[in-house]
Amino acid sequence: MAKLHVSTTINGEPQEFLCDAEQSLLDVLRGPLGLTGSKEGCASGDCGACSVTVDGRLVCSCLMLAAEAEGKSIGTIEGLAQGDRLHPLQTKFLEMAALQCGICTPGVLMAAKSLLDRNPDPSEHEVRFWLAGNLCRCTGYDKIVRAVMETAKDMREAVR
Amino acid sequence: MNAPVSERPIGDKVDNKWIGERTVRPDGAEKVTGRAAYAADTTMPGMIWGKVLRSPHPHARIRSIDTSKAEKLPGVKAVITAKDVVDFPIDKSVMLGIQDMRWMCRNVMAREKALFAGHPVAAVAATTEKIAAEACKLIEVDYEVLPWVIDVEEAMKPDAPILHDFMKFEGKPSNIAGKLEHKLGDVEKGFAEADIVIERTFRTKPVHQGYIELHACLVSVSDGKATVWSSSQGQFMVRAMCAHLSGLPQNDIRAIPAEIGGGFGGKTIVYLEPLALILSRKSGRPVKMVMTREEVFRASGPTSGSFSRVKIGAKKDGTIVAAEGTFCLQAGALPGSPIRGAAGCAFAPYNIANVHSVGYDVVSNRSKVAAYRAPGAPLGAYAAECVLDEIAEALKMDPLQLRLKNAARQGTKLAYGPVLPRVGYVETLEAAIGHPHYKTPLPKATNGRLYGRGVASGYWFNAGGESSAQVNINEDGTVVVITGHPDIGGSRASTANIVAELLGIDYRKVSVLIGDTSVIGFSNLTGGSRVTYASAMVVTQSTERVIGTLKERAAKIWEIDPEAVEWENGAARPAGDNAGKFEPLTLAQLAAKANAMGGPIGAGTQLNTTGAEGGFATHLCDVEVDPELGIVRVIRYTSFQDVGRAIHPGYVEGQMQGGASQGIGWALSEEYIYDKNGRLDNPGFLDYRMPVTSDLPMLDSVIIEVPNPKHPQGVRGVGEVPIVPPLAAVANAIHDALGKRFYSLPMSPPKVLEALGDEPPMKAAAD
Repeated sequence: MAKLHVSTTINGEPQEFLCDAEQSLLDVLRGPLGLTGSKEGCASGDCGACSVTVDGRLVCSCLMLAAEAEGKSIGTIEGLAQGDRLHPLQTKFLEMAALQCGICTPGVLMAAKSLLDRNPDPSEHEVRFWLAGNLCRCTGYDKIVRAVMETAKDMREAVR
Repeated sequence: MNAPVSERPIGDKVDNKWIGERTVRPDGAEKVTGRAAYAADTTMPGMIWGKVLRSPHPHARIRSIDTSKAEKLPGVKAVITAKDVVDFPIDKSVMLGIQDMRWMCRNVMAREKALFAGHPVAAVAATTEKIAAEACKLIEVDYEVLPWVIDVEEAMKPDAPILHDFMKFEGKPSNIAGKLEHKLGDVEKGFAEADIVIERTFRTKPVHQGYIELHACLVSVSDGKATVWSSSQGQFMVRAMCAHLSGLPQNDIRAIPAEIGGGFGGKTIVYLEPLALILSRKSGRPVKMVMTREEVFRASGPTSGSFSRVKIGAKKDGTIVAAEGTFCLQAGALPGSPIRGAAGCAFAPYNIANVHSVGYDVVSNRSKVAAYRAPGAPLGAYAAECVLDEIAEALKMDPLQLRLKNAARQGTKLAYGPVLPRVGYVETLEAAIGHPHYKTPLPKATNGRLYGRGVASGYWFNAGGESSAQVNINEDGTVVVITGHPDIGGSRASTANIVAELLGIDYRKVSVLIGDTSVIGFSNLTGGSRVTYASAMVVTQSTERVIGTLKERAAKIWEIDPEAVEWENGAARPAGDNAGKFEPLTLAQLAAKANAMGGPIGAGTQLNTTGAEGGFATHLCDVEVDPELGIVRVIRYTSFQDVGRAIHPGYVEGQMQGGASQGIGWALSEEYIYDKNGRLDNPGFLDYRMPVTSDLPMLDSVIIEVPNPKHPQGVRGVGEVPIVPPLAAVANAIHDALGKRFYSLPMSPPKVLEALGDEPPMKAAAD
C-alpha cells in the first residue's frame, strides 16, 4: 500500500512525513523524524514514556496513528526547553534529583507540564492522579511529585 | 525562563566541599530534554532489523528447525538458530562473572530443548521489522511437547517433570540444581533453650525488575570487528558474553554503553546482543533489535518465586536463641537462583548464637532468573521478619525493641561467615524508635477502613570488585573523568562531587564520562550496590596521583622540595618553611604550564576493590485496609538506612525511595501469573501491576551515616538494602490492621478478601 502523506506541526514548526497506515505517531517520531526523546516502554498506553501533546491534549503517542497527526499541533519533549533555557520543570527535576535512569522523564515532564498548564496550583492528590499514567520504576515518585509541586509554586510566585 | 543549569550557582559556596552536596548531575540536561541516547535511540546507515522466534511451549524437545522458507522471503538477510551460537557442553562449567556459559548459550538460544514459553529458538534479520516478523512465522520448528512444571514446590516433588537429564541431586534425577548451607552454633541446643518457638511457611511469586526501557541493541560487524551499542549494567560483561557466544576475540569487539533506562539487576545479562552480532556477521549489515514489553516479561529474567520455612526461638526476655531457615528459590529454565542472598541475609541483622540457613536452587519451566536488587535477600527477610513480628506479639514486646535487643553490631559473628566491623544497624533502629512516624498514633478506624503499622529490617552484603578510572587535567584547568560503569541512577554526580572536592574546584569543572570497552580498563557490573563504592576508590586514587603531580610541578616552578607543597582548595601552596614565600599556583595555572613543565597531567587506576561492608535498614509502614474491597494502601512510609557516607544525598534518598516502592509492589500487587498451558498470562503493565504515582504516599527517607572505615569517603553500598525490608514491613502492617497474618505474596485484593471471609476483622469488631 502506498504511504500516506501527512502535514502537521511539531513543536511549532511545520512538518511533513510519509507513513504506513498502521504506524503509530511514536514510530514516526522516533523513526523518520528522529525525535527519540519520546520513549517506547510498552506500546500499549500503560507506561506514559511516549507522552506528547496533540492540540494541547496529553496523549500516549504509541496509541495514536501517525496519520491522525494531519493538521494537528504536536508537542514533544524536544520542544519543552527554549534553546538551552530549560523549562522550570526541567530545572526543578535536576535540582531535586527527580530522575534516576531518566527513561520515563520525558513523558513525566510532558504530563507534568500539561497538568500545570491546566492547574497552576495542584494538590499532592491531584499531581498523583494526573501522573498515574506515567510509570517510573526508579524513584518511587516521591521526588517527582515534590518537584512538580515546587515548580508550580515557583511559577505562581513568578507570575505574581 | 531560568538560566541554563550550568550557570546557576549552588548557594554561595566558596569552599569547594562537594561531598554531601545535592549537585546537578552532569548528564542531567540531556536526560530532561530527551537528548540522551538510550539503547533503542541509535541508528546506522544500512541498518536492518532483527526479530526472535520464541517457543510457544514451556517445555519441548526441538526435533528440527527448517528455516528455508524464511530465508527465501524477499528482504530477509540472515536467519540463525542455536547452530550459529558457540556451544558450551553441558557437563563443563565455564564461569563468566556470575553467569555460567553453559546456561548462557542455552538461554540466548534454545539448544536441545525449549525450556520456557518465550525461549528463543531462531532469529531473523530483515530490511524491515515487518518482514523480520513475517519471516519468523515461516520458520518451521518440530517440537516434541513435554510435561512441564513452573511452581517451585511442584518442581521439587519426586514425580515432577525433570528439565535437565544431567542434573542430579543426592544421586537422583532432580530439578534441584544446587544447595547452599550456613551453620553457626547448634540450633537443636538453641531451640531447646527457647521459651517460645514459632515456625511458619511462606510463598512468593516471581516478580519482574520492571525497568521501563526495553532490552535493545544495535550491532555492526565489519571486517570481522564488532561494535555493540546497547544498554546494560556492564559493557565489559556485554563484550565478554558476545565474545564467548560468537567466537570473536575480545579485542575485536567494542561494546559502547548507551544510557540505561533502568536495570535493577535485570541488565547484568545479555539476551539480544550476541544474536544481533551473529546476525550482523551473517548478513554483513548493522542489525538493530528491540524487544517488545511482552517479550521482556516472557523472556527476560524475573526474580525467583519462593517457598520458605523459617523457625525462630526466643527466651521470655526477647533474646533470640536459635533461627532456622529453608529457602527454596525458583531459578527458571537454567540454574542461578539467588540463594546466597536469601540464606545469607535473612538472619544477618541479628546476633544469634545458633543459626542454620539453607538455600535450594530449583529449575523450572519459566524464563531464567536474573538478578533483582539485593538478589534473594528480600525473600529471606520476608520470612524471617514476619516470624520475628509474631515473636514480638507473643512476648508482648515492641517489635523495634525486640530487634534492638538482638541487633547485630560490631563483633557479631554472622552465620554466613563474617564478624561484623563497625556497622550502623542499631542506629537505624534507634532512629526509627525516636522518629515522629513511630510516635504518631494511627488514624482511628473510620467508614470500615482499618489501619495498621508494621516494621521490618533488612541486610545486604554490598560488593567491591573490579573498577577502573582515568582522571585527566585539561589545558584550561578543567577535568575529565572516565569510569567504566554505566550510570544507572546518578553515579556521575557522585563521581563529580568526589573529584571536585579532592581537587578543590567547582564541581561543574569536572566532566564525568562512561568509557566504552576500548577506552577504559575493565570494570565489573553496575550492580550489588558497588558502583559509588568502588568507583570512588579508583577515582580517589587517580585524583590523589594527579594532585601529587600538580604538587611536583609547583615545586619545580618554585624550585623547592615537592614535600614542601600542599594542595588546598584548588591550588598548590608552599608549606612548612616556605609557607607564604610564593603565590599559590591554581589548578588552571598549573594546567596551562603542564606541557612546558613535564607533559600532560592525568592518572589511571585499576583495582579489584575490597572492604565493602554490609548495609542495614529499618522500615516503618502504615497501611489502610478497605475490608470491603480488599484493597491495601500504604499511607505512610519511612526508611532508615546506614549508608556509610552519602556522597550525593539526593540520589541516596532516591535509591531508598525506589527500593521501598519496588518492595511495596512486590508485597501488594506484582506477580507472574501463568495460564493452564504454562504461559505467562499477564505480560504487560496493565496486568502486571507495578505501583503508580497514585498508589503511594511520600516515601520518607532518613539517611544515617556510620562511615565505613575501609573506604576513603566512608561509603557503604546504598541501592540494594532498601528493597529488603518492605515485604515484611507491609505484611506486618496488614496484620496490625486486620489481626490476620498473610503467609504468601502478593497481598492483593482477592487474597485479602479471601482471608477475611465473612468474619469481621478483629479490630473492626473491637471498635
